[in-house]
Parts: sequence; structure tokens; C-alpha cells
Amino acid sequence: MTTDHILEMRSITKKFPGVIALQDVNLSVSRGEVHAICGENGAGKSTLMKVLSGVYPHGTYEGDIVFDGQVVEFKGIRDSEHHGIVIIHQELALSPYLSIAENIFLGNEQAERGVVDWNKTNSEAAKLLTRVGLDERPDTKIVDIGVGKQQLVEIAKALSKEVKLLILDEPTAALNDEDSAHLLGLIDGLREHGITSIIISHKLNEIEAIADTTTIIRDGRTIETLDMRGAEKVSEERIIRGMVGRSLDNRFPDHTPNIGEEVLRIEDWTVHHPIDQTRKVVDSASLNVRRGEIVGVAGLMGAGRTELAMSLFGRSYGARVSGRVFKDGKEIDLRNVGAAIRHGIAYATEDRKRFGLNLIDTIQHNVSASALGKLARLGVVDRRQEEKVAERYRKELNIKTPTVSALVGKLSGGNQQKVVLSKWIYADPDVLILDEPTRGIDVGAKYEIYGIINRLADAGKGVIVISSELPELIGICDRIYALSQGRVTGEVARDEATQERLMQYMTMEKDVTAR
Amino acid sequence: MTTDTNLAPAAPPGSQPRVPLSQRMQGLGGNARQYGIFGALVVIVLLFQVLTDGKLLLANNVAALFQQNAYVMILAIGMVMVIVAGHIDLSVGSVVAFVGGIVAVTMRDFDMPWVVAILIGLAVGGVVGAWQGFWVAYVGIPAFIVTLAGMLVFRGLALVIVGETVAGLPSQFIAISKGSLPNFLGFANNMDVVTLLIGALAIVAIVVSQLRARSSLRKHELYVEPMGAFVAKLVLVAIGIGILTVILSFSAGGTPIVLVIVGVLVVAYTFLMGRTVFGRHIYAIGGNRLAAGLSGVNTRRVDFWIFVNMGLLAGAAAIVTTARAGAAIAAAGQNFELDAIAACFIGGAAVTGGIGRISGAIVGALIMGVLNMGLSIMSVDPSWQMAIKGLVLLLAVAFDLINKRRAGTQ
Repeated sequence: MTTDHILEMRSITKKFPGVIALQDVNLSVSRGEVHAICGENGAGKSTLMKVLSGVYPHGTYEGDIVFDGQVVEFKGIRDSEHHGIVIIHQELALSPYLSIAENIFLGNEQAERGVVDWNKTNSEAAKLLTRVGLDERPDTKIVDIGVGKQQLVEIAKALSKEVKLLILDEPTAALNDEDSAHLLGLIDGLREHGITSIIISHKLNEIEAIADTTTIIRDGRTIETLDMRGAEKVSEERIIRGMVGRSLDNRFPDHTPNIGEEVLRIEDWTVHHPIDQTRKVVDSASLNVRRGEIVGVAGLMGAGRTELAMSLFGRSYGARVSGRVFKDGKEIDLRNVGAAIRHGIAYATEDRKRFGLNLIDTIQHNVSASALGKLARLGVVDRRQEEKVAERYRKELNIKTPTVSALVGKLSGGNQQKVVLSKWIYADPDVLILDEPTRGIDVGAKYEIYGIINRLADAGKGVIVISSELPELIGICDRIYALSQGRVTGEVARDEATQERLMQYMTMEKDVTAR
Repeated sequence: MTTDTNLAPAAPPGSQPRVPLSQRMQGLGGNARQYGIFGALVVIVLLFQVLTDGKLLLANNVAALFQQNAYVMILAIGMVMVIVAGHIDLSVGSVVAFVGGIVAVTMRDFDMPWVVAILIGLAVGGVVGAWQGFWVAYVGIPAFIVTLAGMLVFRGLALVIVGETVAGLPSQFIAISKGSLPNFLGFANNMDVVTLLIGALAIVAIVVSQLRARSSLRKHELYVEPMGAFVAKLVLVAIGIGILTVILSFSAGGTPIVLVIVGVLVVAYTFLMGRTVFGRHIYAIGGNRLAAGLSGVNTRRVDFWIFVNMGLLAGAAAIVTTARAGAAIAAAGQNFELDAIAACFIGGAAVTGGIGRISGAIVGALIMGVLNMGLSIMSVDPSWQMAIKGLVLLLAVAFDLINKRRAGTQ
């Protein structure tokens, strides 16, 4: 083939003490294409990108990188940027209290003899913002715009550096569908400006839509490179098969529900925004869940799903919360988290690092955190019993760790999620609210989490699953509520649920809902 | 970097999983680092023993070491809890002067018995703590600011109460810091038998409690460290306590009373931090306040009681300090907060909260104390002493940080 390759990584091997992270990896990226890299968590995608961008400098890995026709040896990230390679990390690296313009030119200030030319900074920034389709003033502070817009600022920043190769690590992980679509459209458009993109994503439908080529990495090796624009269409199942090394005929475990009495019902639940108290974030929502039932909550970002769950869970969110909650038919008052837990309600957060775990403590201490009273007599913790409990969940939920005394921060995302689940299962609630239980988790671990959710339902608990992934909700839930702008706009039974139908409810505008 | 635990080989069923050493050390809750601090203390002691021609470990010097530094150790116990929870307390030095004044005035001007004065002192300390805890926990003002204000407020109040000095305190009160346990068992080979007995009891208590913990671990089929390491650890601890006991038994008074007070506090608070729900909540709050709250921990109440406790211990430190000086002094307790904070950080507490131990803080206080005493014996200029102590603090934390970074990259 005589394709013009902008990048070739040849036989890249990267070793860490005791672990070979990458072994003999090859990657060829043609000029002007969108090249997707797929693989499970821990497969080595991020390591490969760190080698490419100079985070791991030349000499710490084996193999060659050929960029733009010449062998390059990057000593650091500035070096690779100088060549026109820019990486945008999953966790955005913007300074929150600086303006968009300041962030775009951070480290590359538009200055003359050390004095910043603010007019030039702002006008150049405005031009870049137009290019990425972001309708914000350049002097707006980063804290005041959403994650989706922040992502666009990152891209504007990359464009300001005259990027040739743009690497995006999970760019849409935190975005809603609308922002995702805009971002993907933008990446598509960059092609025409001769900018090549490498995109790492777990969202296979996006890869299917945007990528020209897909390289699959598994266990630190390149497995295959698929031509996405070839005669034969590459399906999601095809990619998954490559990623996990086996075919996942069924992405969701079989489950026959055994549904009993109603365990929780909320009526007319209304929550106002904590700062802007005139704004209703949840607007007279009513829903219920029965024992043994898995109930889904669908909604676009900003629909009020997490806000609904957190306000319910001991008023952990919002102001002027009103509405009634019934547990097993009796009205209850959930005035704080302690009360919610005592009434048998658990909430596993969507943001486990921020709200769910003490990363600098051990697995066992995290597992026991919400039900320490069960392990204590007269305020003294029975540490042996505590360790046994943690050990039991390590086995039952298959938490991959040599010991429950390991720090939670050292675990992979899927295993951290299992620790969060262990914590709430041990609290033995009647109702579990799981907010994005599979976010940032690889395919294999997702399947395990679904199995755990099914077992919880079979144990007679009511489970509420909040998720942005509609196939996931349709795959595991017995009933799904759709939320839009804080209102419950629809309720769909399992056998009637389709993505189209849910999406229709999820995008329903306020005036349309007859109330 | 996250360690890819997926690569760990699956253990055959029924067998203990093979645990790499680094993980096991980590499993002991950072014990490896604790050992490092103990090692540093031993090195510093030996260094000064040589530099002072053997004067450092003279019996009376060792007794004086505890008498001089009891206040730091008492404050460091409270401070490490404050720091683990992610706060700081800058007011303890002023609180020491304030409570000391109240205690002295109670005895001298109101003719109260010294026991009552002590109880009043502790109570006032607790109230001061509740005052600051209220602002931190329920109003939400950062502890740095609340206690900075407290530092000024209570220094001012101390001046109001004390004037300059309140002297003429009862001898029983002064004995708290200057006295030793009564020698009612006589001497054996010039050694105080009471001290020997306490040392022996301490060793027996440690051995018995360790053996019981071990058998409980075994009963629950949990990981038990190898017999060799276990015995070696116990022997080292026993030798350490033994040496200290023998040295102290030769001192003029035997066992200083403050050593007993500090010892009881260390045991009680180590238990509180390590074994109780309250202690666990402090670590949970410091590690991730939001997650702790969403796990049902009443974070405000925990914050409040941490400060009440700090006030109580500041009261105890005030009693020890006033007794030692034989008088309440308005300027007492200058820089005590910095001594206590330094002890915590030398002892491995994390500036960001969530990490820190009572034993570490005590060892940190001892390192500072030994430095003080060693440099004084060598008659180093006090100005230089201060500079040296500052550098030791910096180096200790730097060493810790570099160690952590190295562990992180593996």
C-alpha cells in the first residue's frame, strides 16, 4: 500500500516493574483520518498514547515512532506538542477560575516582551471559538460553562497550537448526547482541515459513526486493525469480540424477575436548584418501585436524574425539597442521610471517586463505611468481623485484589465500583438507587455488575438504575421512567421499551406534557 | 498510576493468597512508614548520644525529656486528630495560656483545692473547643480562620486574667509536672522498683495484647504475619521499653508523673482512633468528606467533637505547662501550636487529611524533644536550634513525599 501515513508506531514495548504494559504494539494512522482505538480498561490504550505524546520520554520504551516521515524521539510533552501532536485527556486540564481565552493560550501567552496583549488574546480566542462552534464570550470563566463546552475549549486550545494530530481520550464520557453529537461533528470537520484524530472511546456506536479505521488493543498487544469504511460494515459486536477475545452473544445476563409488593413510592417530588432557588430541577415527579423489580430512570444530562436521587437520599442535594415518600405503604421522612439509611435506602453515586469512596483507605474500611454500626459494640469496631465481611464481598463480587487491605485508589474502575456496591449491599437496604453503575467500566466488568444487580433484585430488593446508556436500561430493567426537564414524561414496560420511544419521552418539552 | 490488579494470578482454592510484601505493608495501614519514623528517632538518639559524649541518655536527662515535652505530646494527640479530619488548630498555644490562667486563679484567688482547679481547667478547655467547633462545624468557617481568631482572642483573655504572672501554687499541683511516682517499694541495686514494675507491666501488657490479637486473627482465618517477624517485633519493643525503664529507674525521682499521664492518653487515644466508630469516622471525613457524608456519617457532629476534644487536651496541656512553670504566665504557650503541628507532620500525617497516627505524632514530638535536648546539652545557640528544627521538619516531610512518590510509580 502506498497510503500516506502521518504516524507509525513500530513494535512499541513498554515495561513497568513487574508488568509489561505494551508488547510489540504497531499502529499506523493515515493522514486526515479519524482513527479509533478500542480496548478494555487496562488494555494499554492510555499507556500507548502517553508513549506517543512524550509523557513517557524516549528511552523508557522500546520501538520507533515515525511522525510525518521522520523518526521522532520525544523528551516530553512539550516536545511532542512542538511537532503538532496534542493530547486531550479524559480529565480536562483547564484552570477553572481563568477565562476561556486565558485557558486557550495558557503556556502560549499572546505576549510581547513578557506583557500579555489582552486584545489579541481575546480576539484570537474568539476566532478559535467560532471554529469549534462554541457560542461563548472569550472572557467567560471556565467554571461557568458545562463540561461539554469545556471539551470544546480544549479543542480550541489544541487548534491554537497548530495541531496536526489530535488525540482525544474518552472525549464524550461526561457529555450528554447533544454535546457528544456536536463534538463528534467537529472532529469529523477537522478532517477537512487536514487534522488527523485518534479517538479513544468506550462508546462503540460513536466509533461506528465517526471512525475510518479502528485498532483494537487487548492485554497490551495490537489484536487487529479494522477498516470501518470497507465494503463490509463493522458491527459493534465485531469490535466487542476483538476487545474481549470472545464473542459476547448476550451483553446482558438472562433474568426472570420475581416482582412483589411495592417497596418505595414517591409522590409530587419537587426540588429547587440550591443556588437559583426559583428554578425547579425536579418538578413534581412521582414514581414507584416494587420488591424484586429493577426500575430504570432515563434522561438526558440535566434532566434531573441524579438530582432526584440525591435529594431523595437524605436531602443531599437541592433546596426547598417537597413531596411525599412512602416506604412499604407508610409515609417516611428522609431528612438526612442517616435517616435514609435507617429507612433502608441506599444511593450509589455516579461519581465514585468524588462522592463514593475514600481512595486513600483500604477496601475493608470502605466496605464497612455506611454500616459501621453493625460491626461495632459500644462504639468499638470489631475489626476481625469487618475484615471477614470485606473478604466475603471480595469473593462474592469477584473484586480483583490480592487483599482487602489494599487501598481502594489502586483498584481499576470496575473493581472500585464493586467496592461501592459492596458497601451498599452490606448496609442491607430495601431500595438501592444505582446512579450510572457501569460508567467508565469495561465490557466484561459491566456484565458482572448486571449480574449483581439481578441478584439484588432476586433477594427481594427494589433496584432503581439511572443510566445514560439506553441499551443498558432496556437490557436490564423491568420498567423504565423517562425524565425530561425534571418531569417524569413517560413510563415504559420492558417489552415495550425501545431506544426511539425512550428518546421521544426524554426530549419532550415542558409545554407538551399535559398536566 | 493504578496498579493493574487483573494481572495478579488467581490463588488456588483454599489457599491463602500470596501477597506481595509491598501490598502487605500497605495493608498494615502504612506501618512501613511508621517503622521508618521509629528508625529515625533511634538514629537521632544514637547520633546525639555520641555527639554529647553519652550525656543524652543519662537517667535525669531522659526523665527531663519527658517532663519538658509532655505538653507537645498531649497537644499532638489532639492535633493529629484535627489534621486527619482535614483541619488545623492554630489556637492551642493561646488556649494553654488562657486555661493555665484560669486554673491558677481558681487555686490562688478562690482557694479551691487543686483537684477542683484541674477539673475546671479541663472543662474550660472543652468549652473553648466547643466554641471553635461550633464555628467550624455548624457555621462552616475554615478552621484556619476560626482558630487564627481564637489564637488572638484567647491570648488576649489570658492577659486579662493573668496580668503577667500568677504564682504561689500548691506543691501538689506543681508535682504533676515536676514530681515522680512515690518510691514506696524501695530500691533494688539503686534502681527504683516502682519504675521497674511499671516497665515490666507495660511489656507484659503489650505481649499479651499482641498474642490475643494474633490468636483472634487466626480464629477468624485472616492473614497472620509469620511467627519470626512477630517475635522479632515483640522482642524489639520489649528491649526498647526495657532500656527506657532501666534508665529511668536510675533517675532522681523514678517515673515522672507526666509520663504516666502521657502514656495513658496515648493508649486511650490510639484505641479511639484505631478501634472505635468515632475514630473511623475521623479518617473517613479526612479521606473524602463528601463520600463520608453520603455514607451516613454526620460530618458536622464529628468535626464539632474533634474540636471539643482538642480543647480538652489543650486544657490538659495547660495544666502540665502551668505546673511545670510553677505559675500561670500570660505569655505561656507561645508557639505550642507550631510544635504540635510539626510533631504531627514529622510523624507522617498528611497535610490534605485522611492520614496520620497517634503513635506517629508522639514519635514526631520525641524527635523534636531529643533535638532540643541534644542541642542544648551541646550548648548550641538557641537561635541555631530553631533553625535546625525547622530544617528537620522540612526534611522529614520531603523524605516522606519522595518515598510516597517512589512507591506510587511502582
